Amino acid sequence: MDLAYSEEYEQFREELRRFLKENKQRSPDMVTTSFTGEERAQAARDWQQLLIDHGYAARTIPREYGGYGAKPDPLKSHIIAEEFAKHRVRPGHSGDNRLVPTVLELGTEEQKQWLVPPTVRGEMTWCQGYSEPESGSDLASLTTHAYVDGDEFVINGQKIWTSGAKRADMMFCLVRTEPDAPKHEGISYLIFSMDTPGIEVRPLVTMTGEAFFNEVFFTDARVPTTQIIGKRGEGWFVANNTLKYEREGLGDPNQTESRLLELISMMQLETLDGERLIDRPVYRDRLQKLQGRVLAMKFNSMRVLTSRSKGEEPGLPRWIVKLQGCELNHQIANLAIDVLGELGTLYYGSPLLRANGSWQQRYMMDLGLIIGGGTAQIQKNIIGERALGLPKEPKQASQQV
Amino acid sequence: MDFALSEEQAILQDTLKEFLRQHCTLDKVRQCVHDSVTCDADISRGLLELGLPGIVVPEEFGGAGLSYLDAALVVEALGEAIAPVPFLGPNVVAPFTISATGSDQQKSDWLPKIASGSVLFGIAFSETSGGRIDSLTFVDSERINGEFTFVIDGNDASHLLVADQNSEIYLVDVNDVAPTLLRSIDRTRSVAQVTMDNTPCELLPGSSNFEALDRSIAVARIMLAADSLGAAQSMLDKAVAYAKERKQFNRVIGSFQAVKHMCAEMAAELEPCRSLVWYAAHSVLAIPDETQVVACHAKAHLSDVAQFVARKSTEVHGGMGFTDLLGLHYWFKRIGLNRQLLGSPDVIREEAARAQDW
Repeated sequence: MDLAYSEEYEQFREELRRFLKENKQRSPDMVTTSFTGEERAQAARDWQQLLIDHGYAARTIPREYGGYGAKPDPLKSHIIAEEFAKHRVRPGHSGDNRLVPTVLELGTEEQKQWLVPPTVRGEMTWCQGYSEPESGSDLASLTTHAYVDGDEFVINGQKIWTSGAKRADMMFCLVRTEPDAPKHEGISYLIFSMDTPGIEVRPLVTMTGEAFFNEVFFTDARVPTTQIIGKRGEGWFVANNTLKYEREGLGDPNQTESRLLELISMMQLETLDGERLIDRPVYRDRLQKLQGRVLAMKFNSMRVLTSRSKGEEPGLPRWIVKLQGCELNHQIANLAIDVLGELGTLYYGSPLLRANGSWQQRYMMDLGLIIGGGTAQIQKNIIGERALGLPKEPKQASQQV
Repeated sequence: MDFALSEEQAILQDTLKEFLRQHCTLDKVRQCVHDSVTCDADISRGLLELGLPGIVVPEEFGGAGLSYLDAALVVEALGEAIAPVPFLGPNVVAPFTISATGSDQQKSDWLPKIASGSVLFGIAFSETSGGRIDSLTFVDSERINGEFTFVIDGNDASHLLVADQNSEIYLVDVNDVAPTLLRSIDRTRSVAQVTMDNTPCELLPGSSNFEALDRSIAVARIMLAADSLGAAQSMLDKAVAYAKERKQFNRVIGSFQAVKHMCAEMAAELEPCRSLVWYAAHSVLAIPDETQVVACHAKAHLSDVAQFVARKSTEVHGGMGFTDLLGLHYWFKRIGLNRQLLGSPDVIREEAARAQDW
């Protein structure tokens, strides 16, 4: 147990701090508001390129595909995330953390050249077409399908929960191409432009009143048969590779900790009957309980990071992050609303509004995240089966495909 | 950055666990409880052979000079095996306190004896940590007076470390007092009541500030959290094993989601606790400014999670969990005592809030 970073890492951190200090003003959040939309987009691309050149974005993506080409080092990645957050500077990206690793791992050379460099530069953006109205937790039962006509797939069906579909240039999508194969073996992983005729995007308004997600409808959408990652029928395997990367992000304890700090300072400022909210014993105890849980998750993440940096599979400490982290975020928002009482019910645009209505927004959004990306119940199945070795629910004969 | 156990630490814990698997069987625990033994000679001897009584005693005084994280790993293993043997008081809190607050003479008098297992210190800090500061324990002319309760390992002790109402810490010889065993739900350890009436005592001179006692209590709380971590891990392991083996409706019950999810919830709650205990124990020497707050959180949070696991594990075992036949209740009760010792979770959380100037 040694919580200090070795000299190599301290030096890396120092260089990064110097870089941030010198270049902060070039970040797209700092550029003048008189910029047009296109100028802003260009500023974002310039920023991303600057970060790539210095190894602070697309760090482990090979140089020939537009990345920085460093060998993976979880500690350095962690330091980058930490310092950008601390300095409140917009971090760079690695293109799309689901698609890019998948293409690099399973795509053809031609696909890598075509897709990775523009994605890494931020010139090609992506949305994910997995879930369907009838296929949520049981994703492999999906029915959006494609038949081959000449050298094209012809896609029909519907996707849902497609975040960013309005803005995205491209979609990676699971489509049933082999209707006679067993359900996990009949799926293909296709990639195509969102401008393809026959694709319609409709915003999906959620309980928060916002539309982060969309429904996407396919009516005879035609895609070249070459735009497939892996072979026909291998899509389930390819997608699981992507899911592995997606789930990492949900329940990040650093984000949870900063929300807790926000809550603490609000409870120190707001008063009720002249008494600070934080001085009310019941609120105070609830807040302390949450702090204990946040600390446990924070130290748990240090343990996961250490395992990763040694190239070990973290196991149980990793499996629980999504379940525990999303629940904890929800409870923090819940306490924030409770301590505000009636004021806690106010929402966007109201007089007397606190924290821009963000606690109600988070309370609802966090419930969405408890469900999304693998529901809490699915997470418990995963923990029970993969980490604890408990047997799967036996399948009834009629359900087997 | 290395948030993990070293190879030596893993070996230390594995070695102890293996010893306890052989020598601290459930039959042994039952026998001890039946005979009101809370310091099993066989297990004590084994701990001595492994050099554990002096684990945190500095090398110059004949100890191993290891860290409080090493000590927590030992305590965790003892909690896992619900070992009927005094350890966290006499071999962690006592040497910590004497090292931190004793005179040079006191250190060279007592630390080697702790390491060799020839003295056992009971810990009488409850009056100053459980919200009972009205107990009027006081010292006058090197004589101590008052009623001390829940003295940890008090019945097996040869000596006591006693905190009076001014938060000063004193040494008392058990020959000068008569500890009475309190019968708590947990019969694997002794908690005692000790009446002191003009009893001779010797001040640990470094304890004449509130901080010293607070630090000793923080160490004790971290160790109680480690004990509960071990006991709860054992209850989770037993629940998972039982769920894989017990059949109803022609299926092992662990294949039912209702049971599987109880197991998953226990694991999801308990696993981060391990990191919390590690961090708190590591902080004692490495990040002392943080120790008080993280010790409070470790003790309070482990109390809650271990209680949850104790309850759910019993439920997974169904009716059998409620019987004496399986002996699961010994773990349940050890967790129950740990939860209240040196401050219940609500009392401790308030301390954590104050320590952060909330």
